[in-house]
Amino acid sequence: MKRIFSVLVENRSGVLWKVAGLFSRRGYNINSLAVGETDDSHVSMMTILSSGSEQTLEQIEKQLNKKLDVIKVKTFDESRAVTRELMLMKVKYNKTNRREIMEICEVMGAEIVDMSETLMMLQICSTPEKIQLMISMLAQVSIVEVARTGTLALQKCMED
Amino acid sequence: MNGAEALVKCLEQEKVKSVFGYPGVAICPFYDALYSSEIETVLVRTEQNAAHMASGMARVTGRSAVCAVTSGPGATNLITGIATAFADSIPMICITGQVSSELIGSDVFQEADITGAVESFVKYSYLVKDPNEIPRIVKEAFYIANSGRPGPVLIDFPMDLQKAEVKKFEYPEEVKLRTYKPTVKGNALQIKKVIREFEKAKKPLICAGGGIHLGDAAGKLKELVEEYQIPVVSTMMGIGVLPTKHPLYYGMVGNNGSPAANRAMREADMIVMIGARVADRAVNQTEVLTENTVLVHIDVDPAEIGKNAGATIPIVGDAAHILADMAEYEIDGDYAAWIRELDGYKKDLKVIRPEHPGYVDPASFVRMLSEKMDDDAVYVADVGQNQIWSCRNHIVRNGRFLTSGGMGTMGYSIPAAIGAKYAYSKKQVVAVCGDGSFQMSMMELATMKQYGINVKIVVMRNNYLGMVRQYQHFSLKDRYAMVELNKAPDLDFIAKAYDMKYMLIADMENLEKQIEGFLADDDSCLCECLIDPMDLV
Repeated sequence: MKRIFSVLVENRSGVLWKVAGLFSRRGYNINSLAVGETDDSHVSMMTILSSGSEQTLEQIEKQLNKKLDVIKVKTFDESRAVTRELMLMKVKYNKTNRREIMEICEVMGAEIVDMSETLMMLQICSTPEKIQLMISMLAQVSIVEVARTGTLALQKCMED
Repeated sequence: MNGAEALVKCLEQEKVKSVFGYPGVAICPFYDALYSSEIETVLVRTEQNAAHMASGMARVTGRSAVCAVTSGPGATNLITGIATAFADSIPMICITGQVSSELIGSDVFQEADITGAVESFVKYSYLVKDPNEIPRIVKEAFYIANSGRPGPVLIDFPMDLQKAEVKKFEYPEEVKLRTYKPTVKGNALQIKKVIREFEKAKKPLICAGGGIHLGDAAGKLKELVEEYQIPVVSTMMGIGVLPTKHPLYYGMVGNNGSPAANRAMREADMIVMIGARVADRAVNQTEVLTENTVLVHIDVDPAEIGKNAGATIPIVGDAAHILADMAEYEIDGDYAAWIRELDGYKKDLKVIRPEHPGYVDPASFVRMLSEKMDDDAVYVADVGQNQIWSCRNHIVRNGRFLTSGGMGTMGYSIPAAIGAKYAYSKKQVVAVCGDGSFQMSMMELATMKQYGINVKIVVMRNNYLGMVRQYQHFSLKDRYAMVELNKAPDLDFIAKAYDMKYMLIADMENLEKQIEGFLADDDSCLCECLIDPMDLV
């Protein structure tokens, strides 16, 4: 069972480490983790995608709430959230596959954000599933480097 | 005023009477500031024991006690003591010196990342970055350590900031922590549900844990169970929630517990756990918690509820408050038949111990000792076979029974007893350890001597690490690897070396007189009891 944890934390040094440490010490999974400041510079939002049994997921929420740097924990299913991930990808191209790469980008809604004579940097912002699809679509051309943000998620507006 | 002086002033504001510790250069400004304060200091002989002393003091006073050590090895030596306190939810403030702030991270002499190292053993920790923050930090630290589910809090204080000027000292009246608001009052609807379950139940049982002591709720528990005649068992940390001989008390549960208490847990149709973790040593879940058992779990820490067992009715809150709220109701239940059944178990189910002629029987010894001890005495058990003999046989009246239950830290009893005795110098305090655990803390005899802290010490001597030997006996075909202690040291000489009284109890002859002699005066005494090396708990 998968679950998204939106964790508001004090924006202090060491907080990311404490939260990540809690997951490793208690053997909880982190499938994805993304952190950034919120509109309040004293507060950061950590978006953690985790999986486990119902009981484990409940414990994760309780243990997160016990951390004194944690302000608020919200949990929800992926189906109740809008999820997005940003990926930057560098690929090697040549005359024969250049067209094909550009077509894939067009279909997937990716952009070419940088280029040299042999390399292209692509950017895509989409759901984690689509990002995965993009990677597999481009697997046959040679991927040089990939950087992903990890999943960001907010609960859908209707249910807030 | 510098940072160190500000810290001392904060401790005075918190009415701290003493600091247990060990200096080093990185904590010198703090001890220098303490030198001109009314707060007393106790120089221990190794840092771990400073933490155990603070822990022992906190356990008997119910308030955070303080230990302070230097950076690097001083701080890392403290860790076992911190983990011991954390496992038993003991409030404690640990102060560590740290290398100068501009050197942090460069691996200079005696630098250790102590806040990082203790992260999973503390309720919270601070690395001081500005000495002007000291009042807020200390106020928060005491509040966090004492409230909710108590626990140790560590303050790591770089040496340059201890010496840095504090602009303005103002001790805050209250704490402002948006992330920390422990629940005190239990949910009224849930409490009502519990009352209804009590009325439906034929065989209700309260299993009380250390949370009853921590929440100062023993009085409230006694009132409630006496009024409605509800039987009680306890976990190891809960020993003493009711006097051992109270008619409604049926002993300690768990794999080292009393047969009657475990039988009660199996037979009960409703179990109310209060301030207990439902941990592995106490509750055999598959045997105890069947589909037909209604499990009520009351704990101040919501994460404990449902961690080890799913509760039918969870209640988050402070034990004393919830018990008081429960007492507001009239419980319409008649458990006389259940109590008769339990009294039968208490009478019939006894641990039968084989005789060990020519040695002291530790079970009889503990019973006799506790009967002869003062009514409000503090009994501190160490870890090993001695702990189990103590748990099973110690008779609590109005005193306290202290032990390292969660972590099972050997060497705990002597320093913890010193801390308890330091808190209440008029109370009788007895530490009971084995010859293994004694040797882990015997350096503290010097601390006892130096400060005139008169703890009575019993060493159950069997020349083995008995609990491990027993495990090897049952599980490893008597292959006694790494457990023989030889005959050293001669405890009579050890006592003499520290100018302490010594006595030997070699067998059961005149046991009563011997124990009376041991307890006769207020001086400290080292009593060696010879136990059969092959004795089992």
